[in-house]
Amino acid sequence: MKIILDSKQIERVLEDLTARIISETSPKLDIAVVGIRSRGEILAQRLSARLSEKLGKDVPCGTLDITLYRDDLNSPQGNDQPQVRTTEIGFDIDNRVIILVDDVLYTGRSARAAMDALIDLGRPKAIKLAVLVDRTGRELPIQADYAGRKTDVAPGKSVQVNLVESDGKDEVVIE
Amino acid sequence: MRKNKQFNWQRKHLLGLNELTAEEIVHILDTAKGFEQISTRSVKKAPPLRGKVVVNLFFEDSTRTRISFALAASRLSADVIEFTEKVSSVSKGETLLDTARNLEAMGIDIVVIRHSAGGAPKFLSRNINACVINAGDGYCEHPTQGLLDVYTIRKIKGTLEGLKIAIVGDIAHSRVARSDMWAMSKLGAEVIFVGPPTLIPAEVDKLPVKVSYSLDEVIEKVDVINMLRIQFERLGGNPFPSVREYSHYFGLTVERMKKAKPDILVMHPGPINRGLEMESEVADGSNSVILEQVKNGLAVRMAVLFLVNQAAAQQIS
Amino acid sequence: MSSELLIKNGRVIDPANGIDKVCDVLIADEKIAEVGKIAKNAQTVIDASGKLVTPGLIDIHVHFREPGDEEEETIASGSAAAVAAGFTSVVCMPNTTPPIENETDVEYVHRKARQARKTHVYTMGAITKNREGVELAEMGFMAEAGAVGFTDDGNGVQDPAVMLRALKYAAMFDVVIAQHCQDNKFAGNGVMNAGYYSTILGLPGTDALAEEMMLWRDIQLVRKAGVRYHAQHISTAGSVELIRAAKKDSLPITCEVTPHNLLLTEKCCAEYDTNYKVNPPLRTDKDINALKQAISEGLVDALVTDHAPHLQSEKELEFLAAPFGIASLECALGLYVKALVEPGILDWPGLIELMTTRPAKIIGVDKGTLGKGKQGDVTIIDPNAEYKVDVNKFRSKSRNCPYHGWMLKGKVEKTIVGGEIRFSADS
Repeated sequence: MKIILDSKQIERVLEDLTARIISETSPKLDIAVVGIRSRGEILAQRLSARLSEKLGKDVPCGTLDITLYRDDLNSPQGNDQPQVRTTEIGFDIDNRVIILVDDVLYTGRSARAAMDALIDLGRPKAIKLAVLVDRTGRELPIQADYAGRKTDVAPGKSVQVNLVESDGKDEVVIE
Repeated sequence: MRKNKQFNWQRKHLLGLNELTAEEIVHILDTAKGFEQISTRSVKKAPPLRGKVVVNLFFEDSTRTRISFALAASRLSADVIEFTEKVSSVSKGETLLDTARNLEAMGIDIVVIRHSAGGAPKFLSRNINACVINAGDGYCEHPTQGLLDVYTIRKIKGTLEGLKIAIVGDIAHSRVARSDMWAMSKLGAEVIFVGPPTLIPAEVDKLPVKVSYSLDEVIEKVDVINMLRIQFERLGGNPFPSVREYSHYFGLTVERMKKAKPDILVMHPGPINRGLEMESEVADGSNSVILEQVKNGLAVRMAVLFLVNQAAAQQIS
Repeated sequence: MSSELLIKNGRVIDPANGIDKVCDVLIADEKIAEVGKIAKNAQTVIDASGKLVTPGLIDIHVHFREPGDEEEETIASGSAAAVAAGFTSVVCMPNTTPPIENETDVEYVHRKARQARKTHVYTMGAITKNREGVELAEMGFMAEAGAVGFTDDGNGVQDPAVMLRALKYAAMFDVVIAQHCQDNKFAGNGVMNAGYYSTILGLPGTDALAEEMMLWRDIQLVRKAGVRYHAQHISTAGSVELIRAAKKDSLPITCEVTPHNLLLTEKCCAEYDTNYKVNPPLRTDKDINALKQAISEGLVDALVTDHAPHLQSEKELEFLAAPFGIASLECALGLYVKALVEPGILDWPGLIELMTTRPAKIIGVDKGTLGKGKQGDVTIIDPNAEYKVDVNKFRSKSRNCPYHGWMLKGKVEKTIVGGEIRFSADS
């Protein structure tokens, strides 16, 4: 097990992402943050809080459950079935810039499913993908617009993101 | 500590609630929560059953359950085929088995069946490969109705644990009463069957319910009351002398409601015989959650279709 | 032509003559010539050491579906099944299509049986025309043609006035009136026993009272008419009570019990397997115990299978729609052994009595006995041989048997009809 981001580094990454989002988004546009369940949701909340503070206006945050849009529902899933949970987006996504947040960008399939889910909810002005960790191993032509840490990980290993709210501490490890 | 306790749904068929554990029932309810909003947003579709074929095999009249299942399936992007045929229990023409096998030969994934013979869905599940969902078999079970009833109660009251629930009407011939009884008792509620003695089934003392012949006695004690439809087409041999007398003793009137708890939930599986099981004012009143039931029925049926499909996909491996 | 058959060293059980000992049986010219220690030799000798030698077994309640439903069973296939199961005489029920209701129909059955050359096949005639329970059928002509009794089996005679009329009319002839006791209005469209299981399986149930009410009614009618009456396939504890009281009053009433009412309960229907759908239905443990008690007290006069053959496709329907009936002729003996001999309710002589002399008396035929000069119908049984029931080996056309795969004891070795070996287990 190797720690690639400790809690201080995670803080800095979020600061950095916030700054880049603000600098690259026209102030005329409305931003909203949507996190992909379940760790993307936590990161989204942190991000939207920072964005709201820095911009001085409310940047709303929502949660997206992508289970219904997965492309592997009809293949045998081994031991763990994906569980359907609720999607909670309490604002209109039409004409907003949606910052889609996930913890790790790997194959790109979750991001693809999230985009399909979002598009069934409305017509955003733009969707930008923000992730804490961008690892190699893409299976679809998807890119992160804002990546915290890019890293090369051997195929057999997985990147685990632990967050205080769900796991007791902030830490990204490879195991 | 990374993942929550995972529950895997294993059943390819939903034949009844008697055989489900409380955990399985709760899993369906939790899953249904995630489907509610598909019916309220503007794009009322999601892709999980894309390319799957769902057949509504209805051998008994039923517009609302059939439509509910058809909508649920199409909201999940499945293709829906309607097969409705009134067949008497003396099967003339094609047998149930032949009908299903013929459909299966054309490539179907899920069969939703309503039949007048108890056990027909179970019989089907033993003889075809597709998933089988029971939409009502004789007077045995109507599992999705039972599920949407407990879903509705749970959504409003938070839990069924400790609730007193009355089910009123023709219990003997009611599959809704049976499915409700199984689901509600497994989730910790106390169920009371209320009706004339002629409509209470044999050996009811062996079932997890109490029985009362007096609605007036029961109405002040219960948190939920489910009024069953008097199904004239199913009644044989004159179990009560007249409709007038039945509604006098067992109808949910405005007067009776005055004795009930102020937050009592009034339910009905529909369609309502206004003036018979309940007065219009009660059906449309503030305690009535009948339309909620219909709404929740869609989410529950979507969840059931989704889960049996998942189980089937898993068993192919 | 004189043909002789000598059966040596078997345990000869002949309840009609009170015999239960190891000795020999000689059959000559189709008749029993001698029973005892026989020194002489014969053309054919069978060594029956370790086996039971009994009068040919008799089943007075079977359905052979001919005329009308020959795809389910014919008299030929049915009697082939019967003879393989050790039965030398059977009695067919008249609920064929058309029903057996005049002397030509009776003669038809006899002719078909003769052509098949397996068991003796007798038939009962219908009590009423078309078994509708309204007008009496030609009982006189049928009796003269050889009908051994009358019943509307499949139905009971619903109208008490008609039943009384039938009993009175039968007094002219020495034949038994048999009844499938079922009050149809009370039974409704029940497909299994009314109780806990019918409630949770959502199937209409037949209350025990539907049988008991008609039995009670008929017993009162017999008191008036004084004619021989036979209660078919009784299935409830209540019916046992009624029979007990009737016999105590010395009424001319007999009764029969099937293997399924001694071995299976309503719980078997829980998976909606139509092989358990039968009329009268499978009841409860309480009823089984009462029936077994009745048998041990000698209240039951015959064991019958009520062999009811159906095609697989006919039974492959939802429970509500499938036809009633269990086909168990070919494993009958083993089933009775399992239900009665193994638990010690009857010994072998007791069992054989209920399958030979007592049923013979009910139908008034001079069979079921190894008395000198009687018909040479003999069954040889290996009481200890175990076998597995395999429906696919049945000689009957039907396969609707819930006992498939059961291990049973008591195998028929040979069945001899009129001195001729018509079935041999090792052939």
